[in-house]
Amino acid sequence: MVNPSKNQLIQIRNLTKRYEKLIAVDNLSLEIGQSEVFGLLGPNGAGKTTVIHMLATLLNPTSGSATVNGFDILEDPEKVRSSIGVVFQVPSSDDLLTGYENLKIHALLYGVKPDVREKRISAALELVGLTERKEDQVKKYSGGMRRRLEIARGLIHNPKVLFLDEPTLGLDPSSRETMWKYIQQLVKQEKLTIILTTHYMEEADMLCNRIGIIDKGKIIALDTPARLKSMLGGDIVKLKLKQDSNTDALKNLECISKIESVDGYLLLSVDDAKRNIPEILKHVEVESVEATSPTLNDVFLKLTGRPIKEQAEGGFMERYVQYDKH
Amino acid sequence: MYNTTSIRIYFDKIYALWLREVKVFFREKSRLVASTFTPLLWLFVIGSGFGSSTSISAHAVDYQKFIFPGIICMSVVFSSVFFGSYIIWDRKFDFLKSVMVAPVSRSTIFTGKTFGGMTNSLIQVSILLIVGLIIGVQFSPLALVQTVVIVLLLSFALTSLGLTLGSYMTSLEGFQMIVSFVVFPLFFLSGALFPIDKLPQWLSILTTIDPVTYAVDALRNIILGIGSHGLGLDLGVLLLYSCALGALGTYSFRRMKAV
Ligand SMILES: Nc1ncnc2c1ncn2[C@@H]1O[C@H](COP(=O)(O)OP(=O)(O)OP(=O)(O)O)[C@@H](O)[C@H]1O
Ligand SMILES: [Mg+2]
Repeated sequence: MVNPSKNQLIQIRNLTKRYEKLIAVDNLSLEIGQSEVFGLLGPNGAGKTTVIHMLATLLNPTSGSATVNGFDILEDPEKVRSSIGVVFQVPSSDDLLTGYENLKIHALLYGVKPDVREKRISAALELVGLTERKEDQVKKYSGGMRRRLEIARGLIHNPKVLFLDEPTLGLDPSSRETMWKYIQQLVKQEKLTIILTTHYMEEADMLCNRIGIIDKGKIIALDTPARLKSMLGGDIVKLKLKQDSNTDALKNLECISKIESVDGYLLLSVDDAKRNIPEILKHVEVESVEATSPTLNDVFLKLTGRPIKEQAEGGFMERYVQYDKH
Repeated sequence: MYNTTSIRIYFDKIYALWLREVKVFFREKSRLVASTFTPLLWLFVIGSGFGSSTSISAHAVDYQKFIFPGIICMSVVFSSVFFGSYIIWDRKFDFLKSVMVAPVSRSTIFTGKTFGGMTNSLIQVSILLIVGLIIGVQFSPLALVQTVVIVLLLSFALTSLGLTLGSYMTSLEGFQMIVSFVVFPLFFLSGALFPIDKLPQWLSILTTIDPVTYAVDALRNIILGIGSHGLGLDLGVLLLYSCALGALGTYSFRRMKAV
């Protein structure tokens, strides 16, 4: 049943997945609207892939439910699947087939009509820049090309929602930038809602217009990247003061919300540091000054007390390496 | 709602799954060569080796020709059961996940895969039939058609069996178990290499429950004109096994985990 009163494309209600002792996804509720690029940002094991698997009807939740495009994931799984495209964390195309053959097989599986099939395959290949390589077997593709082929495959049936599970994991910096370029182009060209997961801050910051930070199966923060960062009280200005410089004057400046002394440095939380530093420097004598804008990592650090970073036991890299030998 | 569009889409899906299997079969040269080579080795080494000292006197055919139908079944047993269990690879490399996230029902996936497996078996059997012509086995067009029917039935049953086993297994180590506990017993107990008329009782019981026995017997009937059961019984038993194993496979696919 389509519920027209809400403009939310995806509604997640108390979604929970439990594995024996471990709670992979913990009572998660979330709504994602039309044409959003929504980022699920979290460290290894946070539960990102598990959420996507449940929304894609590959995994049954322990409790709770969700609707995708108005279809319930438990009651109408096949309709949910028809209306979404999914790009998995580990590329899943057949190595022995060519890029074109992979797309053709999926176009058939999705029931793409014969009269538009070839056109859609060409358009998808064009969109991800693989037209030249379409007759090559996928085993001859680079990691970045494989990911792009997966995206083409995910788009072959004109889905309303595209899930991208860690689209740039394991790619070198330049392939990662290429991938970002393609994703941004996608957002512009197709009227798509995108849900992507990542544990790279810059990626979420650059691509998404809303971010849910997920940790241990729970959403611990949910907002636009800019507002998440401003949660930390603006920019940080780090001053090394000259001997016996008096800081009392700073307390009366409106642009400064907090003053802390750490390791002989003075840390100021400043609104719009770029514009206000000259003003600050009128009141104190300094040896050095440094200004930083908060990153999403700082947000995560503040919320959880630990930084986001790839954990050694992540397991993903192993899987990724294994993947190369078909 | 069964209009022509939804029927076309259904066949497109089966065709897609089948096409993928056939393409992979022709590209994975090592699988093709290995699974054709082994039966040939048996036919020529065992066939000629034992043939020099043994002849199936009651039927007055030489041993190599006598085991030819058995060797055809051998190739079907190996290729079908293995084909089924290659689904473990599909899972390992996540291809299966990409199929399961498409709007395709589990029974459709099962059907498409099974057709793929039957096609592979048929291609291998064709190669063996050509070799058979070369060593002097003769068959009429009718016999050829009957052979194809039996081969497809046996292949359907055993591909279903392989797919069933594969759907429960997650590791490739399980493969070795399939060889030892399924493929070899199915083949050796089928009477592919010996006449089944005068066996000790324990062996006779095992032979009776092995579906491959009936395919071997049917092919001996068709190709050499010497069978222990009637063709009707053989066909009936094979049909029964096909239905049972096909149903089991569909059931297993329905309850198979996607991730
Ligand atoms: N089949 C399973 N059995 C038991 N535990 C599992 C299973 N699948 C996932 N988990 C656990 O659930 C938790 C969430 O896993 P998930 O793969 O969703 O994390 P993720 O956020 O995608 O991590 P990554 O960044 O490494 O991909 C992890 O602690 C993981 O160990
Ligand atoms: Mg993951």
